[in-house]
Amino acid sequence: MSRDGAIFWLKPFIARPIALMGLGILLATVLAATFAPWLAPYDPYAIDPSIRLTPPNALHWFGTDQFGRDTLSRAIQSARMALLIGSGVVMFALVTGVPIGVLSALFPRLGHVLMRMVDVLMAFPSLLLALGLIVVLGPSVVNAILAIGLGYMTTTTRIVYGLTLRLRTETYVEASRSMGAGTAWLIGKHILPNLVSPLLVQASFVFAFAQLGAASLDFLGLGAPPEIPSWGNMLAESRTFITRAPWLLFFPGMMIVATAFSLNLVGDALRDRLDPRFRQLLGEKG
Amino acid sequence: MNGNAVLDINDLKVSFKVRRAGRKYQVRAVDGVSLSLAEGEVLGIVGESGCGKTTVGRSIVGLVRPDSGSISFKGRDVTGAGLRDMRLNIRMVFQDPYASLNPRRAIGDSVAEAGDINGFFTSRAGRSAAIAAALTAVGLDPSFAARYPYELSGGQRQRAGIARTILPSPSIVIADEPVSALDVSVQAQVLNLMMDLREQLGLSMLFISHDLGVIGRISNRVAVMYMGRIVEQAATRTVLDDPRHPYTRSLVAAIPKPDPSRRILGAIETGEPPSLFKRPSGCAYAPRCPLASDRCLVDVPELRSVDDRALACHNV
Repeated sequence: MSRDGAIFWLKPFIARPIALMGLGILLATVLAATFAPWLAPYDPYAIDPSIRLTPPNALHWFGTDQFGRDTLSRAIQSARMALLIGSGVVMFALVTGVPIGVLSALFPRLGHVLMRMVDVLMAFPSLLLALGLIVVLGPSVVNAILAIGLGYMTTTTRIVYGLTLRLRTETYVEASRSMGAGTAWLIGKHILPNLVSPLLVQASFVFAFAQLGAASLDFLGLGAPPEIPSWGNMLAESRTFITRAPWLLFFPGMMIVATAFSLNLVGDALRDRLDPRFRQLLGEKG
Repeated sequence: MNGNAVLDINDLKVSFKVRRAGRKYQVRAVDGVSLSLAEGEVLGIVGESGCGKTTVGRSIVGLVRPDSGSISFKGRDVTGAGLRDMRLNIRMVFQDPYASLNPRRAIGDSVAEAGDINGFFTSRAGRSAAIAAALTAVGLDPSFAARYPYELSGGQRQRAGIARTILPSPSIVIADEPVSALDVSVQAQVLNLMMDLREQLGLSMLFISHDLGVIGRISNRVAVMYMGRIVEQAATRTVLDDPRHPYTRSLVAAIPKPDPSRRILGAIETGEPPSLFKRPSGCAYAPRCPLASDRCLVDVPELRSVDDRALACHNV
């Protein structure tokens, strides 16, 4: 069985229904984001004061908000922002973390300097770091991605650094060096291919935590501008109506929890797939 | 030194910086080794763990930088060098066939790696044909090129590791314990394969092992190393039939014999080699040696020519 075959990757999901559920929720979110304009029953921006704060009913499944906007439509539209922030943060973390980690491990002198800087960043809680950056840069979607991404760049760098330190002493890397391979060859042919699997797992967790981070920033009014629907913004806008219209908080809150939770499930399943110690769980010999 | 020597090592010294309990130590792994390898010859290096035999091999292929001494290939100095010609001409087989192949690369790519790095192949078809030929030469089906290491057994992996060293064909193969990680039955097959290849390709070989029995089967000449120095060097038969250095005698005595009555009694030493951190001032073997005299504790014996061999001992 090829390591890269579809069955190989699907097996941990089939073995555990809860992981399959996570994958399902994730796919549903991606579909919702992709086809938002066609899926949403109403225009997420349309205001209709005559039906403001309607509880969930047959016409408006998730109810309406203080401006009479359809909560379901806004929640579906928000999936776009969620995926944008999530993939942006993952991209940022990988694009910065992988080169810093790999080069630090291969060039110890450079590594001493870079990794100490990473340690300094790691000393701050990531949300605090993000808040500080937003205050300096000003709130916008791009800045939210940068601010959250910086926090996860550090963990990604640490993981890549540790793995590369181990990889560079592998016999096959030495064999390659003994045949005259340069640094670029070692990185391209030996180190990066062996980083793909662990980074895939890391990416899924970063994506999940980016959701929570983005929701927190939005809630504090420091993320996406308030006119753009996002789950965090929806929470922030409706918190004054928590007793009169709890559905306004329940549905976006549930979306945040569901995506973050399902991403964690998927990450767990990928990790089990790639860590040989978990092979037994999948009914394969070690 | 030698007229037809392909590889000449002269007074090689290698040391490592080690940090222990917060203090820095300089550990001398190889302490003045001179060797020469003749065209088509198999020279065995034998010794116990940590005696520096692997470090000698690694310095030849440029994986460690010697402190001093020289390594020359066909009369050209290649000490710690990155000369392309040398890289393709001197190749290494590694001990652990499970670690020496990248799990994420197909066998064919691993086998062709030296050629790929050094721009040896001119066409895709030529590359595939060369991979197929190398795999066939080591007794693997050419279809193995598309497989991944986890699909192969230990013996098959080591064959692939050997195929990697003969594409393109080198002058010298450094084999670092190539069979010690394999089952005994597979060991014999792999040894036979290496001997066949040596003959077909006209290779010279440096065969590093801790097992004098294995060395005895494959090499023409044997150098015995102890704590970074050569203590005895001679033709294989001479060493096996008439070991003189007390350390060589204990190694020969340790080879399992079909006839136990032929054992050299009392020659197997007790105790462990001294720590590399605290090298004895005299002969490094003196603390374990049955023949040690007062002189051995203060005076390091030089390697000198005695009869049909080179020997470093005051008392034989």
